[in-house]
Amino acid sequence: MFNRDRWKEILEVLTSNWFRTVLTAFGVFWGISILIILLSAGKGLENGIKQDFGDIATNTMFMWTRSTTKAYQGLPMGRRFNFKTEDVQSIRDKVPNLRYVSPRNQLGGFRGGNNVVRGLNAGAYNVYGDYPEIINQDPMTVTSGRFINYNDINEKRKVAIIGNGVKNDLYDKDEEVLGTYIKIQGVNFLVVGTYKKKSNNGDGEEGQKEIYVPFSAFSQAFNRGNNVGWMAITAHDGSSISALKESIINVMKTKHKIHPEDQRAVGYFDLYEQYNRVESLFGALKAVAYLVGIMVLLSGIIGVSNIMLIVIKERTKEIGIRRALGEDPWSIKKQILMESIFLTIISGMAGIIFGALFIYAVNALLDSVGPVDMFMNPSVSLGVVVIALIILIVSGLLAGFIPAQSAIKVRPIDALRTD
Amino acid sequence: MIEIKDLHKSYKMGSNSLHVLKGINFSVEEGELVAIMGSSGSGKSTLLNILGMLDNSDSGEYILDGVPIKNLNETKAAQYRNKFLGFVFQSFNLINYKSALENVALPLYYQKVGRKERLEKSLKYLDQVGLKEWAEHLPSELSGGQKQRVAIARAMAAEPKVLLADEPTGALDSKTSYEVMDLIQKINDQGNTILIVTHEPDIADMCKRIVHLKDGVIIEDKKIKQVRAEQYV
Ligand SMILES: Nc1ncnc2c1ncn2[C@@H]1O[C@H](COP(=O)(O)OP(=O)(O)O)[C@@H](O)[C@H]1O
Ligand SMILES: [Mg+2]
Repeated sequence: MFNRDRWKEILEVLTSNWFRTVLTAFGVFWGISILIILLSAGKGLENGIKQDFGDIATNTMFMWTRSTTKAYQGLPMGRRFNFKTEDVQSIRDKVPNLRYVSPRNQLGGFRGGNNVVRGLNAGAYNVYGDYPEIINQDPMTVTSGRFINYNDINEKRKVAIIGNGVKNDLYDKDEEVLGTYIKIQGVNFLVVGTYKKKSNNGDGEEGQKEIYVPFSAFSQAFNRGNNVGWMAITAHDGSSISALKESIINVMKTKHKIHPEDQRAVGYFDLYEQYNRVESLFGALKAVAYLVGIMVLLSGIIGVSNIMLIVIKERTKEIGIRRALGEDPWSIKKQILMESIFLTIISGMAGIIFGALFIYAVNALLDSVGPVDMFMNPSVSLGVVVIALIILIVSGLLAGFIPAQSAIKVRPIDALRTD
Repeated sequence: MIEIKDLHKSYKMGSNSLHVLKGINFSVEEGELVAIMGSSGSGKSTLLNILGMLDNSDSGEYILDGVPIKNLNETKAAQYRNKFLGFVFQSFNLINYKSALENVALPLYYQKVGRKERLEKSLKYLDQVGLKEWAEHLPSELSGGQKQRVAIARAMAAEPKVLLADEPTGALDSKTSYEVMDLIQKINDQGNTILIVTHEPDIADMCKRIVHLKDGVIIEDKKIKQVRAEQYV
């Protein structure tokens, strides 16, 4: 099939009328360029928006307590309650497919007063009591020392991992951080690590200005008893947290004697649902890009098909001769299909390269003018290129099909008739 | 080699049909050189096309080298044409973007003969028709006689059992015609079976047997003493 004579013939046919070949090729070239550019623009938009999610594990929900809105089992409405540390185990026991159930406590917050002191320096930071797993749910990079571990939890060690933002505030530039103490609400904690985080919003200052300490030490130091501020729950990859959320909340309702119909007592934020909403938006966008791209490509394909038909018409006699000499009709069909596929693929490749160069230029431009809101790093993946190639091969086949069929439809005897 | 019995063929044109062959019977032995004669429109080409499996008869029997030719699909017909038959046409029918050598090599290509062997063999046949030096030339660079000789080399390249020629000299002046006939006679001398359609008596006289066609039937079928073309060249 891929012998030298076939290729020679394909090239002979396609180069016999350069102008026509190039004009024909342009349709496919243009179609695939548009497809690539649209898809990469969509990707750029997607990158821009998804950046807001940072690195956070998206199959995650957050859950906290509020006051009840219904009386239940002799308890009044408007009652306040807290999650307890035992609740974590109850959820793990009763709801399957959960990967992490992390209880969390928190001190400080936006625009709070200074709560952390080191020597003469002081600052206001979020301080979290956490389990080691939190680093998988809200990923951060440990830049020196280590993160919280289970020995810290079990022994209630008063150790802290501080963000680079905290370090910059409280320490001199070249000062050693590990092994020093910071005072959090009057309690001394030993700094054992620093971290850096890809931010959730913009420059990321906020994300770096946090302090993580062991959950157990936090509870003891700040008198939280066995109360839990809120929980971060992540499901296994195979299942969605949105589907499990109902049963998790029900476990809590039963445990804390809350009316089953009480919609407000347990507050939550389903990150997965939000993320999926964005995902499906971009899914739709991608579908539109494919649709438009393929429509444009289609007109290119029709062009190729048309030209092939004309070429066949011109070559009717030649095909008749070849058949009289004993060429298999299949071989003729194959030849025409290959001509068509070859033409589509070559022009399509040129289109892909042009699209890629265009994207490259846009990226260079974006780099030089600085970040643009909601648009970042437009790109096409190898996957898209592969899909484009498959589309091209299929298109080439489609474009060649009718001409190939018509080429062998004429009987050799009719094709040879000289008049 | 060829045996046909009661062959009929008519062309349908709208509501009426034209009965062109009305019961043809004849056979050709190996090594014969047969001229099929008749006036224009007498059905010579139609007969030759059926013999060449380019067209189908309506009824009748056709046996080629012991193989009954009947109900062939296109793939099979192409195979048989390639294996059994060589064609020479009045209008040469060379492929104009291929060199003389490539044209000759075509039937071998369809036989899936390897490239090297194919070109060697083709060159040998081009040499036999005296056109070795013209191997790389395109048909447009050749004279009519040269084109027809390339076509003959092409027809012979696949070593067919029968060579079919439809007015091979019809587009040539008489001197070139005789050159071509000389070539055909020499090929026949080597034992090849050849059928030539012609309406020119001098060409027919250069064959060994003349079959005369009129109104769709054979009215005469005689062996003759061959006139050698060599003497006119
Ligand atoms: N495809 C066709 N359709 C209709 N009529 C045809 C066709 N081919 C040939 N004929 C008619 O059949 C008759 C015989 O044609 P042909 O075999 O070509 O004659 P010859 O070769 O002896 O001149 C002619 O009258 C011609 O018009
Ligand atoms: Mg004729």
